[in-house]
Amino acid sequence: MLVMRAMMVKEFRELVRDRRTLAMLIVMPLLLLVIFGYAANFYVSSVKTAVVGPQASQVIKMLPSFFDVTVTEPAGTQADAQTLLRDNKADVAFVTGTTPVPALVNGSNLFAAQSAVAALNKAGDQLKIETQVLYNPGLKTSWVMVPAIIGLILTFIGTIITSIGMVRERETGTLEQLAVMPIRPSRVILGKIAPYFLVAALDMIIVTVLGIVLFSVPFNGNPFAFALGAAIFLFVVLGLGVFISTISQTVGQAIQTAFFFLLPQILLSGMIFPLEAMAAGVRWIGYLLPLTYFTMISQGIMLRGAPIASLWLPFVVLTAMAVVVFTGATLRFRRDLAPGRSASPAAGQPAAAETVGTA
Amino acid sequence: MTYSVRSATVRLGPAVALDDVTVEVPGGSVVAVVGGDGAGKSTLLRALAGEVSLDAGTVEAPPKQRLGYLPASSGSWAALTVTQNIDFVAGIYGLAGDELTARRAELLDRAALTPAAGRLAAQLSGGMRRKLGFVMAIVHRPALLILDEPTTGIDPVSRIDLWRLISEAAASGAAVLMSTTYLDEAERAAQLVVLDRGRVLVQGSYDQVRAGFAGVVTRSDQPVRAGWAWRRGRVLHEYWPGGDPSAPSDHSAPSSPPAGTTAVEPDLEDIVIALSLARRNTVPS
Repeated sequence: MLVMRAMMVKEFRELVRDRRTLAMLIVMPLLLLVIFGYAANFYVSSVKTAVVGPQASQVIKMLPSFFDVTVTEPAGTQADAQTLLRDNKADVAFVTGTTPVPALVNGSNLFAAQSAVAALNKAGDQLKIETQVLYNPGLKTSWVMVPAIIGLILTFIGTIITSIGMVRERETGTLEQLAVMPIRPSRVILGKIAPYFLVAALDMIIVTVLGIVLFSVPFNGNPFAFALGAAIFLFVVLGLGVFISTISQTVGQAIQTAFFFLLPQILLSGMIFPLEAMAAGVRWIGYLLPLTYFTMISQGIMLRGAPIASLWLPFVVLTAMAVVVFTGATLRFRRDLAPGRSASPAAGQPAAAETVGTA
Repeated sequence: MTYSVRSATVRLGPAVALDDVTVEVPGGSVVAVVGGDGAGKSTLLRALAGEVSLDAGTVEAPPKQRLGYLPASSGSWAALTVTQNIDFVAGIYGLAGDELTARRAELLDRAALTPAAGRLAAQLSGGMRRKLGFVMAIVHRPALLILDEPTTGIDPVSRIDLWRLISEAAASGAAVLMSTTYLDEAERAAQLVVLDRGRVLVQGSYDQVRAGFAGVVTRSDQPVRAGWAWRRGRVLHEYWPGGDPSAPSDHSAPSSPPAGTTAVEPDLEDIVIALSLARRNTVPS
């Protein structure tokens, strides 16, 4: 019994000092409770709706409240309605002026589209409506998941794999060796990150091609715009990986920390649960996550063929994140590689002719 | 060329890791830093390598291109082979082509690592891994070679091999600063520096250190003052800073040995322990 007690006391003492594991024990249940309580909701209560054409005002009056009309263009045509859907400004667009009224549904927003189709079928008794689902006519889950999974894979490589590769240098003591070699910290960082960037890019190509071949996911947009979005996103997640490596001493710690970054991205980026169905207090967390914006880009380009101009917001947000996260993380890593450079000379101390560091 | 750390003070949080330390490392010689755990050996080496910022003092060292460093850790990349490790480091220093091939073959041969050239560093024995680390540190023929406990934890034969390599490096003109916990190794160095809690207790050649040692070390089965005694084999040695055994002493706190005790000729281990005890018993930690 005494042996058992000694073992348990030792285990508790270690646990109290292992703050990351402690955080996992305390924060993770709360996080999961909040996420699944407030965010795990597939039901969309209203959809962004556009009504175009000469009878727009009459049709709006007849629409159930589920259709939240945000755009009204009496002079608009079916082409204008499609553009609104392509640019993700509406989930449903009614084109008035003909009978039956075409109701165009944005299939790339899967859950909104499913709810909209159900509501349109119900409203069809009062309104003569012809439902057309665009960008994902079969409302297939795989079509919206594959573009998001590409982002998830990039996140996985960028954060977990990169942070492991970086922190291993610290754990084995070789970082110290690199620091005394005649190689600039920026080159060490770039030399270490570039292979992960290339591997992630290759993985992205393989997954995209497999997604197209195996699941018949369309690629309607510009591949260069997609590559640009992926490259910017990669800089963000690689920056996260480098940042994690600067706050971790061991590979185990890096994996634990990366898990904290990865889990919210999976659950709150809109990849699994629709952002518009989440409680407002949780939804804003989703808007802080880079995967949210990459998913907007990848789904927009692959499924809707959206041009960069219509995806400017996620591009700008991701670029800002890339600059802040990547720069901040590499500066932190650089500090570990060149500790002497941060020292300021002490007053009255002469600098030696060939001095590697003076106080 | 002599490299140096002068009047160096390094604070790591509230602790003073180095306290006004001055050490010179002349080219063509080996300077050994000895001291117990936490004495400041690694901090001193890292200060000379530019890896620790000084709170006061100056460092005179060659540019990184002419500096070789073996850290206390493995000093090699575990997932690379012996050859790949050498090639990586050589590449950083600009060695390539025939020059690299010749230098690699020469170093592998001198370190007796040629049969292990294709093995992963992770698969090497402790001694072989340290020799690989050493080879990587000297691949570019540095002017200053800094070795952090190169022989700790390895077998006696590998220690002899490493010492041969260290001596050869010094003979070729390199200034070598190394730390060690083995005092028999320190005796072989041209100069030795004894550190204790960040301060230099004594430094100079082995003969100078012995000649400058004040006081007497006695041998007995039962110490007079437990705080001044240490075990050497089957007997105890005790330090008497006051010296002469025949001199009258204060029995409440004697600094000279009582009459009849046997004085011994102190070796380096006795001197290091005696000086450390003297500091600890007079300067509160």
